[in-house]
Amino acid sequence: MTELWTSLPEDLRTVVVILLKIVAVLVPLMTAVAYTTFAERKIIGYMQVRLGPNRVGPKGWLQPIADALKLLFKEVVVPTQSDRYLFFIAPILSLGPSLAAWAVIPFNDGWVLADIDAGLLYVLALTSVGVYGIIIAGWASNSKYALLGAMRSAAQIVAYEIAMGFALVCVLMAAGSLNLGDIVRGQQGGLLHWYWLPLLPIFGVYFISGVAETNRAPFDVAEGESEIVAGFHVEYSGMAFAVFFLAEYANMILISALTALMFWGGWLSPFPESWSHWPMVGGVLDDGLHWFLLKTAFFLFCFLWFRATFPRYRYDQIMRLGWKVFIPVTLVWIFLEGVAVALKIEPWFA
Amino acid sequence: MLAPIKNFFQTFMLLELFRGLRVTGYRLFTRKFTIQYPEEKAPISPRFRGLHALRRYPNGEERCIACKLCEAVCPALAITIESEERADGTRRTTRYDIDLFKCIYCGFCEEACPVDSIVETHIYEYHFERRGEQIMTKEKLLAIGDRYEAEIAAAKAADAPYR
Amino acid sequence: MTFTQFVFFVFATVAVLSAVAVITLRNPVHAVLALVLAFFSAAAAWLLAEAEFLGITLVLVYVGAVMVLFLFVVMMLDINIARMREGFARYFPVGLVVALVMGAELVLYVLSRAPEAPPPAPTPAEVSNTRMLGEALYTQYLYPFEIAALILLVAIVAAITLTLRRRPDTKYLNPAEQIRVRREERVRLVKMKSES
Repeated sequence: MTELWTSLPEDLRTVVVILLKIVAVLVPLMTAVAYTTFAERKIIGYMQVRLGPNRVGPKGWLQPIADALKLLFKEVVVPTQSDRYLFFIAPILSLGPSLAAWAVIPFNDGWVLADIDAGLLYVLALTSVGVYGIIIAGWASNSKYALLGAMRSAAQIVAYEIAMGFALVCVLMAAGSLNLGDIVRGQQGGLLHWYWLPLLPIFGVYFISGVAETNRAPFDVAEGESEIVAGFHVEYSGMAFAVFFLAEYANMILISALTALMFWGGWLSPFPESWSHWPMVGGVLDDGLHWFLLKTAFFLFCFLWFRATFPRYRYDQIMRLGWKVFIPVTLVWIFLEGVAVALKIEPWFA
Repeated sequence: MLAPIKNFFQTFMLLELFRGLRVTGYRLFTRKFTIQYPEEKAPISPRFRGLHALRRYPNGEERCIACKLCEAVCPALAITIESEERADGTRRTTRYDIDLFKCIYCGFCEEACPVDSIVETHIYEYHFERRGEQIMTKEKLLAIGDRYEAEIAAAKAADAPYR
Repeated sequence: MTFTQFVFFVFATVAVLSAVAVITLRNPVHAVLALVLAFFSAAAAWLLAEAEFLGITLVLVYVGAVMVLFLFVVMMLDINIARMREGFARYFPVGLVVALVMGAELVLYVLSRAPEAPPPAPTPAEVSNTRMLGEALYTQYLYPFEIAALILLVAIVAAITLTLRRRPDTKYLNPAEQIRVRREERVRLVKMKSES
């Protein structure tokens, strides 16, 4: 086995290693996506004082697999007069960026696929590319509902991207780096050193913009069942629809992970460093992957919690919130933070 | 004077949103009301109006005297009755059909019946597999009445004090 | 050919092909999407040249924002292709001149660079591309940068003032105002003598 491995050309080996790493990230991610759909139905059910799906498998744990199988065996209907190629490219375009962004996410100190300097920018660029899937889907479907949904959701994503970008500027000012690993390392020193505290409004703006970016409730006018049926993916069925679904949930997990990394210290433990030397529980209290997963899971839970709690915003209210509230708030905070960085205010901006 | 300023900060602190989140967060842990249907069933009132039945007297004589009050009162025109004189001189139905697709289960027929013949039982789990099965003929209705007489009588008795 | 070179050629080919597609495709939406692809491949080529900040900014600004607006407009417009092709013969000479001038400029520029000049030494890994760009932009090129920013700001303000349309006659509810109302503002208790 090792002989075969060493006999391969150098470049091929690099490619194989990269592919294996990608698989190692994507397989757990896809499982997480599948079970996020289950968690969503279960949690929203519980919040509405009912049980949610509990028939397929023990306690309903096989539900996502049943859903996937159902969608797999359904017919993919292509509307007449639709743009065939774009119709099928659209779901891929919407899933691709949300998966590609995981390349720069550090899961633990040094556990990252591509440790590039402009990691934060890369993430921002890829999330902005995700709009294309939606616009193209809306246009290629040749349906009024789909086009209207696509227009709504694209306008919303473009609007909130600005607030999101400004929020990221605040984070990179605090960390002095665009590398996500460095941003987490810059937060070392316990719970109060994490950026949520000095950047509290920005944390709020970022997370809310993230909810709006992913077109989730309460910002899901793009779906708007009551007026435009299901928005950009009305005409999609079967696997093509499933891919949109995967993209939406992968995006949710991505936003949660980014929030955890940028504002809540990623893999860092909230407890003081000395606690990690305790017998038995020391390993759990130490920094590590589990903290990152825990924080991500919490923010993911918040997505579902919001959906169970808030009624849908009206379209003009969404636009007002994005342009007239979030952007000014972030601009003010960038200025204040600039002053703080210039004065080197302890302990965050030293 | 201070109210607008106070309001401004309250809006930014998202207090109302957090209050909403608290409600749903609390409900996450409360007892759930779901009834696991095929295994568990919700309790049924004695007045429940399900599938119809025609009853008989204890001596085996059918109660229905073909007065056609139910046919007249039926708001959905679901009941069709034909009658003729029987050999012993009494008037009886030769045909008593209820179209369950038309029926709205209002229970007026049961109220109108002077002899407590047509009743609505508490049966609600039934289905039709072929066209035409939804017409409940006299035979079918009598069969249901024979089979569930004990339960029908019990439901009637339970409801009697309130009438 | 190393793997990097192979990747470069793939992206370069895609960039050129999609650029050709932009001007040959009949459907305007397809043309815009081809342009997006061209930008994307160019960004990838820049990434290979270790200009990661520029490459990603290209994707972020052009692909993520500018082209989305383009796509919006193109999708909403009902473009008549036949009429667009009408003026082709008339504009062809002008277009040809512009194309020739641009081509000549490119060729002259490439020729003017001494071919014997060695390629720039690869920068050491620890030097951040982003930091270098930032330092150049905010020291050496501060004035051009700020002036460009100002011009863009003026353009934004101008665009908004041109399109802003106040509609004082529309009647709409402000829910926030309604929620804020207190009893004292709406209800007034009046003491009256009873009329017997």
